[in-house]
Amino acid sequence: MVIATTLAAIVFIVMFVMAAMDKLSRVAAMGMAATGTVLLVFGIFTGLSGDDTGLLAKIVAVLIFVIMFVLIIMDKIERHIVTLCCGLATLVLVFGICMKSFDAIWSTLNIANIFTPGFWYTAGSSEESSAGINWATIIFIAGMMIMVEGMAKAGFFRWLCMTLAKLVKYKVVPLFITFMLMSAVLSMFIDSITVILFLAAVTVELAQLLKFNPIPMILSEVFCANLGGSATMCGDPPNIIVGTSLGYSFSDFLTNTGVIAGISLIFVLVYFFLIFRKELTEAGKNNIDISTMPDPKEAITDKRSFIISIVIFLVAVVMLVTHAQTGLTVAFIGGVIAVATLITSGKHSLELLKKVDYKTLLFFVGLFIVVGGLEQTGILEIVANFIEMISGGNVILVVIIIIWLSAVASSVVDNIPFAATMVPIIQRLAEASGLGAGYLSVLAWSLSLGTDIGGSATPIGASANVVGTSVAAKHGYPIGWGRYLKACVPATVLVLLICTGCIFLRYGAELGL
Amino acid sequence: MGRQLIISVGREFGSGGHIVAANLAKHFGLPLLDSNILADIAKEKNTSEDFLRKYDESARNLFFSRTVNGFSNSPEEVVAQMQFDYIKSKADAGESFVVIGRCSDYILRENPGLVRVFILGDEEAKVKRVMERESLSEDKARSLMEQSDKRRKYFHNTHSDNKWGDSRSYDITINSSRLGLDGTSELLVKYIEFMTK
Repeated sequence: MVIATTLAAIVFIVMFVMAAMDKLSRVAAMGMAATGTVLLVFGIFTGLSGDDTGLLAKIVAVLIFVIMFVLIIMDKIERHIVTLCCGLATLVLVFGICMKSFDAIWSTLNIANIFTPGFWYTAGSSEESSAGINWATIIFIAGMMIMVEGMAKAGFFRWLCMTLAKLVKYKVVPLFITFMLMSAVLSMFIDSITVILFLAAVTVELAQLLKFNPIPMILSEVFCANLGGSATMCGDPPNIIVGTSLGYSFSDFLTNTGVIAGISLIFVLVYFFLIFRKELTEAGKNNIDISTMPDPKEAITDKRSFIISIVIFLVAVVMLVTHAQTGLTVAFIGGVIAVATLITSGKHSLELLKKVDYKTLLFFVGLFIVVGGLEQTGILEIVANFIEMISGGNVILVVIIIIWLSAVASSVVDNIPFAATMVPIIQRLAEASGLGAGYLSVLAWSLSLGTDIGGSATPIGASANVVGTSVAAKHGYPIGWGRYLKACVPATVLVLLICTGCIFLRYGAELGL
Repeated sequence: MGRQLIISVGREFGSGGHIVAANLAKHFGLPLLDSNILADIAKEKNTSEDFLRKYDESARNLFFSRTVNGFSNSPEEVVAQMQFDYIKSKADAGESFVVIGRCSDYILRENPGLVRVFILGDEEAKVKRVMERESLSEDKARSLMEQSDKRRKYFHNTHSDNKWGDSRSYDITINSSRLGLDGTSELLVKYIEFMTK
C-alpha cells in the first residue's frame, strides 16, 4: 500500500512540475494521470484489503490492464493488436518476471482444456473455468461467424428483411414494429453487428424508396438488437463469456434473462412508438406505389446455398436450445456448424474462411490473458472484497451495484473486457456470501443484463450502435450524440429498472429475502 | 488538354495556398475542388450541407466515437470518407481538376495524372496575411494559424501514410513568401507544364 501510494504521489508531483514548466504534452498528461490514478486506487484497495503480497506483479498487471483499456478507447491501434501485445506483456512481465510462475502461464493459456472430453461434451455441469483463455467462447464465436457468412453470402438477411417489409405492405408503422421485433429475435442467435448491418442498410434503402426518415427506425432496431442479445447465451459476447465460464446452458439464459428481456421488449416497443409516433404517422401519409419495390427473391444469390444456410441455422438453434439435455458444449456446436457450413459451401469454403473476422478472435485471446493476469495476481479478489465492503454484505446492494455499475461502465467502454473482468469477481462475491450457486446465478443474470442493456445508452456503448449509426451517417443520415441520448437513455433506464425489479421479484429466495 | 491532370494542393494556413490553387485552376482551365464539393455531396446524399461543413477536415474525437469492423460512427470520419469517395470517383472518371487539401495527395496517389504540391510560408508573412484577411489582432491570428495547421496536420496524418508538409510526400514544396503568390503560381505553372509535356 505504502509503495503504491508513494509511487502515485511521485507521478503526480512530476506531472505538476512538468505542467508548471509547460513541458507536458496532452498524451503525456493523460498517461501520467492514468498511471497515478491506478497506483493511488491500487494503494487504497490494498490498504483496505490488507493484502500487500506480490505487490509488483499486482501493479504491473493493473497497469497493463489500464493501458489496454485506454488504448482500446483511443482506437488508434487495432484492438486485437492492443490486447495481444498486452497479453504478451502479462505473460512475460507479470507471470514470467514478477511471479516466476510457469504454472500461471500454462493455466492462463488454458490449452490443455481443449483436449479434455469435458470441453466438447458435458452434462451441462460447471466444467468450465473462468481462469485464462476461454477457448469455448472463441471456438463458438468462430463457428457462428462462418455460419453467418454463409447465410449472408446466400442473401438470407436481405431476403428476410424484404419479405417482412412486403408482408406488412411497406406501411411505415407496421414496418417499424416488425423490424424492431426482427432485430430482437435475430440478435438472440446471431451477432448484433451482422443483424444491424443488414437491417440498417435495408431500412435506409426502404426509407429512400418510401420517403421517410430512417433514423427513428435505426435507433429502435439498434436498441432491440442489444435487448435481444441479452435474452440468450449466444446473443451477445458477454453472455457467451458468462455462460461458458460459469457453466450455464442456453435454456438457463432463455428462462432467466430471456424472460426479463421479453417483458422489457413489450415496454420498449411501446416507448419507441410513443416517442417517434409523430414522425412515423407523417411518413405513413406518403403515397407510394408498392409495385416499384424490390422483389425479395432478388436478394437470393444462390437457391441451393440459401436453403442449406437456413437448414444449418435451424440445426444450430435446435442444438443450442437442447444442449443442456444433449450434453453438447457450445464449443462443440460452434465446431459442428462451422464444419457443416464449410463442407456444404464447396469451392466457396475458402472464401468464407477468409471473411472470418480473425481480428475479433485474436482480440478475445489477448483479452482473456490480460484478465487472467488480474485474476492470478489476486487483483480481482481485491475488487470483489471492495464491492463486498462497500455493500456491507447486503446482497440487495451487491445486485444493484452489479446491474447498474455494469450498465454505466458498458455505456462508455467495450462491454466484452468488462464482462470478462467481472465474471471472476462475481464468483468470489458468491463464495464470500455463502449463499451458494443460486446467488451466483442471480449475479450472473444481473451482470449479463447490465452489460448488454447498458451498452445501448450511448452511440459508442455497443458494436451494434456503432454499426447502426455509421451506416445511417454514410447514407446521409447523421445521428448526433444529442439525438441518440435523447431516445436511448430513457429506454435504457426503463429497461434497467424493469430488470432490477424482475430480479428482486423472481429471485427473492436465492437472495435470502 | 487531352491527358488527365489532377493538381493536389496542400497548404499551410495563411500561406496563400488557396489563391495559388485558384490561379492554377484558372490557368489550366480546370475546376477547383475545395469545400465547395460539400454542396454536391449534400445534394447527392440528401443531407444537410451544414452538417458536412461542421466536420470538414476535422480530426475525430477519440472519446466520443468508435470503429467496429471498419465502421466508424465518428461524423468527422464519415464526412472525410464521403469527400474521399467523391474525389476518387471524379478521378476514376478521368476528370481533370485542382483539389485543395482533403488528403488528395494520398488518396489519389495511384493516379498517373496527379501532381502533388505543398505550399508553405514564412511565419511573419502568414500572420500578416491572416490578420488582414480575417481582421484579427496578431495574437489571435497566430493562435488561429497554429490551431488550423494542427488540425490539418492531424487530419492528414490520420488518413494517410505520408506526413503533412513533409517534402517527401509531394512532388514540389514551395515557400510562397519568396516569390509572392503570383510568382509562386507562375513557377508552379511552368513546373506542371514541364512535368506533363
